[in-house]
Amino acid sequence: MKKELQELCDYRELLYMMIYRDIKVRYKQSVIGFLWAILMPTLIVLAGVVVRFGFALTAGKHLEMSEIASVAVKSVPWAFLVSSIRFSCSSLTGNVGLVTKIYFPKEIFPLGAILANFFDLCVASMALAVLLFVLRIGWSLELLWIPVLLLILVLLATGIGMMVSAGSLFFRDVKYIVDVILTFGIFFTPVFYDTGMFGDKGKWLLLNPVAPILEGFTACIVQHRGPDLHWLAYSVAFAVVAVLSGYVFFKHLEPAFAESI
Amino acid sequence: MSDIVLRMEHVYKMFRKGEVFNSLRDLIPALTGKMFRRQELSETDKREFWALHDISFEVRRGEAFGIIGHNGAGKSTALKILSHIMKPTKGRIVVDGRLSALIEVTAGFHQDLTGRENIFLYGTIMGMRRREIASKLDDIIAFSGLEDFIDTPVKRYSSGMYARLGFSVAAHVQPDVMIVDEVLSVGDYVFQRKCVERMKEEIRRGAAVVFVSHNLKDIAAFCSSCLLLEKGRTVISGPTHEVISGYLKRFRTNGAGHLDNSPVTISKVTVRNEDGECLRFRSGDKAWIDIELRAHSPCRKLSVNLYITSNSNESVFDTSTERLGYGNFSLEAGDVYRCTFELTLNLANGIFHPSILVYRYDTQTAYDRWEPAAAVCVSSETDVRGSAHCFPKVIQREIQAASETGFALETGCALATQSDRN
Repeated sequence: MKKELQELCDYRELLYMMIYRDIKVRYKQSVIGFLWAILMPTLIVLAGVVVRFGFALTAGKHLEMSEIASVAVKSVPWAFLVSSIRFSCSSLTGNVGLVTKIYFPKEIFPLGAILANFFDLCVASMALAVLLFVLRIGWSLELLWIPVLLLILVLLATGIGMMVSAGSLFFRDVKYIVDVILTFGIFFTPVFYDTGMFGDKGKWLLLNPVAPILEGFTACIVQHRGPDLHWLAYSVAFAVVAVLSGYVFFKHLEPAFAESI
Repeated sequence: MSDIVLRMEHVYKMFRKGEVFNSLRDLIPALTGKMFRRQELSETDKREFWALHDISFEVRRGEAFGIIGHNGAGKSTALKILSHIMKPTKGRIVVDGRLSALIEVTAGFHQDLTGRENIFLYGTIMGMRRREIASKLDDIIAFSGLEDFIDTPVKRYSSGMYARLGFSVAAHVQPDVMIVDEVLSVGDYVFQRKCVERMKEEIRRGAAVVFVSHNLKDIAAFCSSCLLLEKGRTVISGPTHEVISGYLKRFRTNGAGHLDNSPVTISKVTVRNEDGECLRFRSGDKAWIDIELRAHSPCRKLSVNLYITSNSNESVFDTSTERLGYGNFSLEAGDVYRCTFELTLNLANGIFHPSILVYRYDTQTAYDRWEPAAAVCVSSETDVRGSAHCFPKVIQREIQAASETGFALETGCALATQSDRN
């Protein structure tokens, strides 16, 4: 495994170029590129606001600014997770020529797809920062948690991305299964709602490893407190296991890629 | 550091023929089905197919190695294993240094990026550093001849421009081992020459080249040794001329005009120089072609025709014993007839194929035909191409100084070469 990581390191320039390629192609018309980066998060936020408004109506309360902020803060990372998994899923099957013709470490494809989406996340975050400023959320030192949470999220996306990219190369319908899971995953993940709304039963929802990360974002950005460290540790463990097993799985199947595509 | 940069040791590659499940929807029913029908498992073994069977060779620094064979002989599989895209089922490959494969030079391009951006993208795919590419960028662009279009997205390129850009990048990787698969067929003639020169330069620099082609001319021009594959097995391996004549021998006996049940058959054709059987000749050399026929039943009024075709299958020379004035001959059952043609090979650079036909003129019957019966690889010190070598000389050349005429004028041909020696 050390040898393989060394090789990946030797090809890091190719990884930069792949990320550059994806970003460049997407942002060629800069306005459309920017819209693309914020389109999905915006839609998710709007959907969340509608859902939250419904909740507030049934409870006979007013919709608070912090609730909108909380939905927005969770939607942007969720949008990143969904699109990075979706893009890495088709990253190998969409580059048949390169997979079957030229040798280099193939994990560059899913990694490139995820990191190019991370760039989109950064663009969307700027829009989000403006929104939070307008909503007068304020800031605190707890914001220092953001890089940590992002790192966990990227690790998780990488692990899942490597598995689905290799899987979809061998079985074409993996793509559809992944699509269905990603579409409905939002209902099992606290994006529109908070696990706190479920009282004690809320912790069952935190078993979804994405949940503690998203809750962590709300905690440190909107509520100005640290994330729940126990549950976050659970997410970290899950992400690390996902990355390791995803990498091993990917590397194990890699020699068969060219024959099976 | 050892001189051998690439070594293939007893490489085997197996594929499974038949159905491959590429969706879970097909796989799951098949697996559950298999649980009830255990015996089906043994049937899969019959579908095994060995694309490569015990292939070994080694290539040294500064050497070009050719792989020839018919379609489906395993050439592409061998290349994919060499370039690490596939793993061999058994055996080992050792590569010492950077390897670059010119298998499909345009695979790495992205339609929406400009030529310049694609040079960087494809360069990094080939394992170069960005700094390295930046330093060679001007050379690459100049080599491709696409200076005017380099900032245009490649989707607007013609397919020839596309391939030229790809090859230009690949040609500047400076690998230790270079794998070339038919890429010389891209681009126009001028660009092809440029590519050939570039590859020769790489070989001189010390790169090892593995070259795959059906084009015997290219193989003969480049490679000092080669390997003939047939159905995944090594048929012959060794010096190029031996392998090429072996290839032609197999090709011939496997059909191509060889008639069974004919009353008279050709039993032997050899091309030789003063010293014996030979493949390589220089323009103007004498060559002798020995022909042996065997009669199985009585035959009348025979003659032996000899014709030579160029690599592009044009007939460049045609004669026969009868037309040379030796009359026809008749054979009884069991007779053996031998004759030798003496030729002066006034041919230009290239590969030519002598073919032999046993013919009866009055009834217009062809009894047996070996086409091609052999190959001759002709080389010439003078840079002449085509079929015939006319031993050109430039007998007058002068430059009138501009001061005298107001124009710079050059008479005579730029082809003033060493031809004076002839």
